[in-house]
Amino acid sequence: MADTTTLSAPRRSNAILATLRQNKLSWVGLALLAAIVFMAVFAPLLAPHDPLQQNIIHRLEPPSAEFLLGTDSFGRDVLSRLIYGARISLMVGFVAVAIAMFVGSTIGILAGYIGGLFDQIVMGIVDVMLAFPTLLLGLMIAAMLGANLENLIIAIAFTEMAPFARVARAPTIGLKERDFVEAGRALGFGPLRIMGVHILPNMASDVVVMGSLWMASAIRMEASLSFIGLGVQPPTPTWGGMIREGFENILTAWWLAIFPSLAILVTVLALNILGDALRDAIDPKLRSENAA
Amino acid sequence: MTDPVLDVRGLQSEFRIAGRWYPAVRDFTLAVEANETVALVGESGSGKSATALSILRLLPAVGARIAKGSVMFAGQDLARLSEAEMIRLRGEAIAMIFQEPMTSLNPTMTVGAQIAEVIEIHRGSTRRSAMAEALRLLEEVRIPAARQRLNDYPHQFSGGMRQRVMIAMALACRPKLLLADEPTTALDVTIQGQVLALLNELKQSYGMSILFITHNLGVVAQMADRVAVMYAGEIVEFASVNKIFEQPSHPYTEVLLKAMPRVDRDSAGLEPITGQVPGITALPVGCAFAPRCPLRQPDCDRHPALAPLAAEADHVVRCVVRAGQEAAV
Amino acid sequence: MSDESAGGLAVRHLTKHFRLGGLLSGKRQVIQAVTDVSLDVPPGESVGLVGESGCGKSTVSRAILRLTEPDAGEVVFDGVDIRQASRAALRKLRQRLQFIFQDPYSSLNQRRSIRKTLEEPLRVHRLGTRAEIREKAEAAIAEVGLPLEALDRYPHEFSGGQRQRIGIARALVLNPELVVADEPVSALDVSVQAQILTLLDKLKAQRGLSFLFVSHDLGVVRHFCGSVCVMYLGRIVETGPTKEVLDAPAHPYTQLLRESSPVPDPTRRLTLIKNEGEIPSPADPPRGCAFHTRCPHRMPVCGERLPELKAQAPGRKVACHLFD
Repeated sequence: MADTTTLSAPRRSNAILATLRQNKLSWVGLALLAAIVFMAVFAPLLAPHDPLQQNIIHRLEPPSAEFLLGTDSFGRDVLSRLIYGARISLMVGFVAVAIAMFVGSTIGILAGYIGGLFDQIVMGIVDVMLAFPTLLLGLMIAAMLGANLENLIIAIAFTEMAPFARVARAPTIGLKERDFVEAGRALGFGPLRIMGVHILPNMASDVVVMGSLWMASAIRMEASLSFIGLGVQPPTPTWGGMIREGFENILTAWWLAIFPSLAILVTVLALNILGDALRDAIDPKLRSENAA
Repeated sequence: MTDPVLDVRGLQSEFRIAGRWYPAVRDFTLAVEANETVALVGESGSGKSATALSILRLLPAVGARIAKGSVMFAGQDLARLSEAEMIRLRGEAIAMIFQEPMTSLNPTMTVGAQIAEVIEIHRGSTRRSAMAEALRLLEEVRIPAARQRLNDYPHQFSGGMRQRVMIAMALACRPKLLLADEPTTALDVTIQGQVLALLNELKQSYGMSILFITHNLGVVAQMADRVAVMYAGEIVEFASVNKIFEQPSHPYTEVLLKAMPRVDRDSAGLEPITGQVPGITALPVGCAFAPRCPLRQPDCDRHPALAPLAAEADHVVRCVVRAGQEAAV
Repeated sequence: MSDESAGGLAVRHLTKHFRLGGLLSGKRQVIQAVTDVSLDVPPGESVGLVGESGCGKSTVSRAILRLTEPDAGEVVFDGVDIRQASRAALRKLRQRLQFIFQDPYSSLNQRRSIRKTLEEPLRVHRLGTRAEIREKAEAAIAEVGLPLEALDRYPHEFSGGQRQRIGIARALVLNPELVVADEPVSALDVSVQAQILTLLDKLKAQRGLSFLFVSHDLGVVRHFCGSVCVMYLGRIVETGPTKEVLDAPAHPYTQLLRESSPVPDPTRRLTLIKNEGEIPSPADPPRGCAFHTRCPHRMPVCGERLPELKAQAPGRKVACHLFD
């Protein structure tokens, strides 16, 4: 190899795919999540009944051939409500985390890049937020804003900003000292360009991994707030709301609370498996072995 | 002359990359005599560090192996010893010092305790006498106020002082052979001068041999009795230090010497060659240096053996052009 | 000190002290990285800045481009004080002053193709149309001896020497007049180092570039620099034409540095008698002359009074009480 380059190492994204491929468990997570997303997207086609259709004759029926997962106290089909409920859960989880991710990492990057007093004040606030139990914080905000879908998303996003700020700040401080960032300054690049074009992409993967883990938490939070009654209001089917309704009849109609709980469990599990697998794949030590 | 302290013959060490074994050290034959310093010099990728690790059997257990050859030391073949026997030998009859002393010292133990530990393990001394010996060693490597510093932790030492601590540990069991892998590369030049002078002195007082691995030709000239120049995993030239610098005969040795800007005289123009050391997965078929060589000939497609220059059995070169030419004269 | 050289770089009384520790974290320390450093880089000349770790040579190089903000002093380039310059003026100056980094691995953004890396500065400074920018990037990569295909590759696909060429190309695209190079060849193997030095030689000759060349390797400085400044613990202790300083060093520290630099000649081995002691910490430099703790010629005055940097022979200055 003279001064030309003949060497062609695998691109980074390929390396990540290759690692994911080796991790069998990650496929389970991916398949489960794909199934849930599929369910949510094609809910109108998949649901055997109208999730809002009340039917007093069939109220509180146990699982049967017609109602696979039974019916609730209004005679509504639990399976159909579960399928439609996936839409709300995933939507709330995704949008809330996207907002938390955007705002949180912006705060983190700014704090890390500017440093000094600004950093100390901002991260002080972030630490206070981290010290609050998330549910309590979410509860306060949701109660303050009022119970509806938008406020639920805002409440969850707000409680989850802090960890993203932390996760974005640490690499920013490291990257800020790296020569290529200094090179950018020497070339006369402004701070916005350096933060957005040179620092952000170098840690985006860490933030995205965090995102998948926190989305699981957001879905749990949605369920919890809906369970307390601070979430999306009935009759819209949500998993948390279904558990609350089922809870009242837990002794006579166990299926009402059990199936939405299982749905949450599976979704959270799938997201956690996937997040862990992504983290392993992106881990620099593993990556350099793949790319060397 | 007595038997050599270390006698390596036909050593080949390989690494596994993507399921295939590739040689990092090839056809490596070298003897280190009693109380002499042999320098292994080469650029990164030359296989000089892999050679040292092979001799001490410190190659990674997975993905690396000694494929061929023998490493005779004190009457036994190190390439065939069990790991348990090697452990007894390491740090006792053979010691090694590394480039970065911070990573080779335990940050949670005082340096005194670390040196004493080596003495206790290998000599079975009591703690008290081991600590006394540790103090003597720290004084011997000229650490100022050694008695106070015995209870200091590695991070309280400067780079140069840490390397002295490493040397003290290496000397703890009076080794016959010291492997020094770039021991001064991380040090400032005035501190490097101190450490090199110390090593030379200890070599005399302990009567040990040193296998000194470095990329720095200036350091080689200061330290070595004999010099082996390595390129792409093999020795390309081996001779006494004076011969190497007065009459470099392998084209690569010449190139290295011409490429080094000197502090003591003007270099009108450096004469760089293009390209770089080939990776171990992409070794050329014939002479490994041929693709970059200014003297390249058709014959260079054959892989040359190490051959003596005419009438000089102790100056060997792995070059068809040079060894052949000289023989013909 | 020579007069404010037009077109060149003049550094006057540059000082940078780093404060470590704060209200809540650890003990407070002041690292006196650079104190009262003055030097000139006339147009077209190469000036070496040498010294060991902790001597402040890297801090000087960074402070000149305001990569670290100096505490005091002037950095005048072509008559403009970089420290006083307005935002717009600084942007203009940044194009004329460029930096080459030591570590070819960390100085390139792994996630950007070489083309993006080379075109970005031109786009930011709006130096030409899309086609012109493309042409300039291609010219720069060719100038440093890499094939055009290199433009569409990523940093990890290159060796250390090739990456250093890319770093040089990035410094060249803005067509600078002065390049500050911080140990540009010390991470490289000897044969690759020679390739890069030859490339820099060529750029110096063809473009008439001036260099402030930071290095710990006296051999490299002798090869590349017409004059040299020797630093010890944040201050310049000796300056002059490189050849004269290295062949007949005046300051005892320069002598030690010169004698400690190994020469590839086994008949001229180091005979260091007086080389003891450590480099003191810049957080707590010795009083008086910072070198007096290691100096074989130390006198009572050395521990009390700081020696001034004074002319000792034409073109040469030394800060040592031996020459008072």
